[in-house]
Amino acid sequence: MSLDNINDTAANEALIKEVLDQYPEKAAKKRARHLGTVKSDAEGNPTCGVKSNIKSVPGVMTVRGCAYAGAKGVVWGPVKDMVHISHGPIGCGQYSWSQRRNYFTGTVGIDSFVTMQVTSDFQERDIVFGGDKNLDKMIDELEVLFPLNNGISILSECPIGLIGDDIEAVSKKKGKELGKKVIPVRCEGFRGVSQSLGHHIANDAIRDWVFDKGIPEWEGTPYDVNLIADYNIGGDAWPSRKLLEEIGLRVIGSWSGDATLAEIERAPRAKLNLIHCYRSMNYICRHMEEKYEIPWVEYNFFGPTQIAASLRKIAAQFDETIQANAEKVIAKYQPLVDGVLARFKPRLEGKTVMLYVGGLRPRHTATAYDDLGMVIVGTGYEFAHNDDYQRTGHYLKEGTLVYDDVSEFELEKFIEKLRPDLVGSGIKEKYSTQKMGVPFRQMHSWDYSGPYHGYDGFAIFARDMDMAVNAPIWSKLKAPWKAA
Amino acid sequence: MPQSADNIKDHISLFSEPEYTKLLAEKKAQFECRPTDDAVAAQLEYSKSWEYREKNFAREHAVINPHKACQPLGAVFAAAGFEETLPYVHGSQGCAAYFRSHLARHFKESSACVSDSMTEDAAVFGGLNNIVEGLQNALKLYKPKMIAVSTTCMAEVIGDDLSAFIGTAKEKESVPADFPVPFAHTPSFVGSHVVGYDNMIKGILNYFWDRAQGEIVRGESNGKINIIPGFDGYATANNRELKRYLDTMGVDYTLISDVSDVFDTPTDGTYRMYDGGTKLDDVRDAINAKATIALQEYCSPKTVEYIESKGQPTTSFNYPLGISATDALLMKISELSGKPIPESIEKERGRLVDAIADSQAWLHGKKVALFGDPDFVYAMAVFLMELGCEPTHCLCTNAGKEWEAKMKALLASNPFGADAKVWVGKDLWHLRSLLFTEPTDLIIGSSYGKYLEKDTGIPLVRLTFPIFDRHHHHRFPLFGYQGALRVLVEILDRIFEVTDASSDISYDLTR
Repeated sequence: MSLDNINDTAANEALIKEVLDQYPEKAAKKRARHLGTVKSDAEGNPTCGVKSNIKSVPGVMTVRGCAYAGAKGVVWGPVKDMVHISHGPIGCGQYSWSQRRNYFTGTVGIDSFVTMQVTSDFQERDIVFGGDKNLDKMIDELEVLFPLNNGISILSECPIGLIGDDIEAVSKKKGKELGKKVIPVRCEGFRGVSQSLGHHIANDAIRDWVFDKGIPEWEGTPYDVNLIADYNIGGDAWPSRKLLEEIGLRVIGSWSGDATLAEIERAPRAKLNLIHCYRSMNYICRHMEEKYEIPWVEYNFFGPTQIAASLRKIAAQFDETIQANAEKVIAKYQPLVDGVLARFKPRLEGKTVMLYVGGLRPRHTATAYDDLGMVIVGTGYEFAHNDDYQRTGHYLKEGTLVYDDVSEFELEKFIEKLRPDLVGSGIKEKYSTQKMGVPFRQMHSWDYSGPYHGYDGFAIFARDMDMAVNAPIWSKLKAPWKAA
Repeated sequence: MPQSADNIKDHISLFSEPEYTKLLAEKKAQFECRPTDDAVAAQLEYSKSWEYREKNFAREHAVINPHKACQPLGAVFAAAGFEETLPYVHGSQGCAAYFRSHLARHFKESSACVSDSMTEDAAVFGGLNNIVEGLQNALKLYKPKMIAVSTTCMAEVIGDDLSAFIGTAKEKESVPADFPVPFAHTPSFVGSHVVGYDNMIKGILNYFWDRAQGEIVRGESNGKINIIPGFDGYATANNRELKRYLDTMGVDYTLISDVSDVFDTPTDGTYRMYDGGTKLDDVRDAINAKATIALQEYCSPKTVEYIESKGQPTTSFNYPLGISATDALLMKISELSGKPIPESIEKERGRLVDAIADSQAWLHGKKVALFGDPDFVYAMAVFLMELGCEPTHCLCTNAGKEWEAKMKALLASNPFGADAKVWVGKDLWHLRSLLFTEPTDLIIGSSYGKYLEKDTGIPLVRLTFPIFDRHHHHRFPLFGYQGALRVLVEILDRIFEVTDASSDISYDLTR
């Protein structure tokens, strides 16, 4: 697309209208509140002005998932030394088996269980008679087969809440018997409007079933921090940890990618919580602030501009030594940043990008694209709340198209009309977008690449965006006998 | 510093750099509170033992790494194979997201499917309002010719009645009264994706044959043969291969659910949400076919029973892979259609036999552990025995006693099956124990087998759904003589790779 008319408010508003006109009246009215453009408010601050965290409209092909996906797939599943039971019928555990790339170290099936699918595989009799008794016996079986597990979580699928099972009672009983944490998570898929409530429920389970129930032996330092809500997709949390250690902090817990239960138990001893994905774990940070008086800071480790800003922001919470270290670290990596920009910026400058992702990426990755000279022309969240959109406006330019809980229909029309040079979204959107001849990167799984966090990750991010945008195949879409 | 702009290291090599190995070691030592390395090593060894195997097989409740999915996945897949049909899932929206992702990861294609996003209020009051609104929106936005409704377990547990709900939706003019909305109840706590496939195919036939305009009586034969492919991750290429045979023979046929186009659309600037599929008029007319052939017995029992209740003869096969299975299918098609099997196909058969004869010495007596859906495992066991291999462990999570008996009879009938065991209702954690205690030369299954390959060191041949970690396998057929040839080559390649890696002395240029 031509750069002259990008982020043109009037054109984007007209596009929204065109799309809404295709809906039945009632659905159009519902969807209208979720689509908009970035505008300036009375004080001149950019705002997204869309409604969010509302039930999806039936039949429109929302991209959203469910509470189970948020609780098991996102928050609990990556905790590596626990066995996570997908409690209910076979499907939920099967489809989510090994699908988030929460990297970890350990021996699978022995002391680590992340890439396993453990399920109670509900049958009709379980629906009729309840699943509590079998769950009890199942936990005994898991203890026999996986004696080095450090705990068990029970992630409820839809039927559990509907048939009135009491997984809390089973958890209490088994926890006592085994002398381990057995944690019930009430994340039935029908609860709430998206993955988001699942995150919240999973956070509450940490509060209610992990905290204040025994902390491993521990000697603290003034530099102890928790790295919260980095799921270690493709190893993201590791370059992040490296940077924090380099500025002199001690990461005593990293949640929940590559985490052990001990790292969660110990968290209330930290001096500061650093939260990466605000959406999925702000709840537990707020709780720790209220109960243990641990302050929390949001940060963004995508792209050199935000990495530097975040390192300074984090360092500002500590003494001058840490602050001086932060400057040294920023300076240390500057040659790498310069090298990456010299190599890739000329190939990407001015290219337009549309994003549609989850938690924090629709805003946090925007500035990494900025660093490469790319221009965001549309962004939106699957399961954001109002506070996410409040945090988004200043990342974007006025006129940028914003879409909340976009339907596949809307997204396809927006892509068709805006013809961006790159779309970043999920597996369900990948192939339809590429068929349209538009380059695509999966921005949930990093398209099987990564890490993207930190300076080490930025180099990979830049390489991957270049690979997608400048792939030679995009020139071969039309048969030559048709091209003329 | 491990990273540089000129030599960018990603997850594959970055974490082997000293900065990262040190970081990970320190994290483990200082913060993780892990069991000792000795304890881990001891448990790892123990997990390979016969004693562990016995404990593993003693479990009655825990299911660990099963190889099956739930009913609505099969229903969504089946529905996608009809002309401009939108699969619709009545229940929680997360399920639809999972089905779409699961199919997209295997086929490397978009998978269209809507849900009606039932939440807490629907759990209390039922999902009628959702379906009324959902059908209207889906029709207006995606303009399908048919919407095929299946259910998630949420809708099943609260007891939503699809027939009544769809009737009400039509009364409320959410979709026109004559708009096809077939349905299937697909509780995920019964059976697996193959049962969901069966239920949806039956639901669609039932709509056109009994519901749309009242009961249709089977009329004069239209001379065609109906073919129901069954749930198949290779359907894209397999259906095309099947059609090539039928076209070559000059047989008139209707594939009942053909996903070969919709899950294999071109990249040419246009996204096709619908492509190909069984024409709805052909579905209506399929009642008048001469006969129906189900290519996968365990994917269509209820459908077959229903078709027979309409007076149409049926025959079921178990996935036409290998020599005798292809022979039997072609002969049946020839018998039903009266068309001879042409020489060109006979030559293809001869070339396959030729190839196997050339390679048999490398295959003879090779032990194979095999897992997958019931029909696939049966077919592969037959073909392995044709190759002179021994299907040592035949494991199927989603089969029943009938299949078990049939498998046992098959293996008992063939000397290459003498030492084979059938494991029904077992999962891949069971198979791990089997492979450690009674190892094989190869594993044949899906991508999920990669964990077994890593643990046991036994090479995996990926030959069935789902295949997530290799690209485009499903674009080449397994069916027929050509398909068997391809399976043969994949098996041989793994055997030769292992042979080459095993000995410097025996590193022969020619094998």
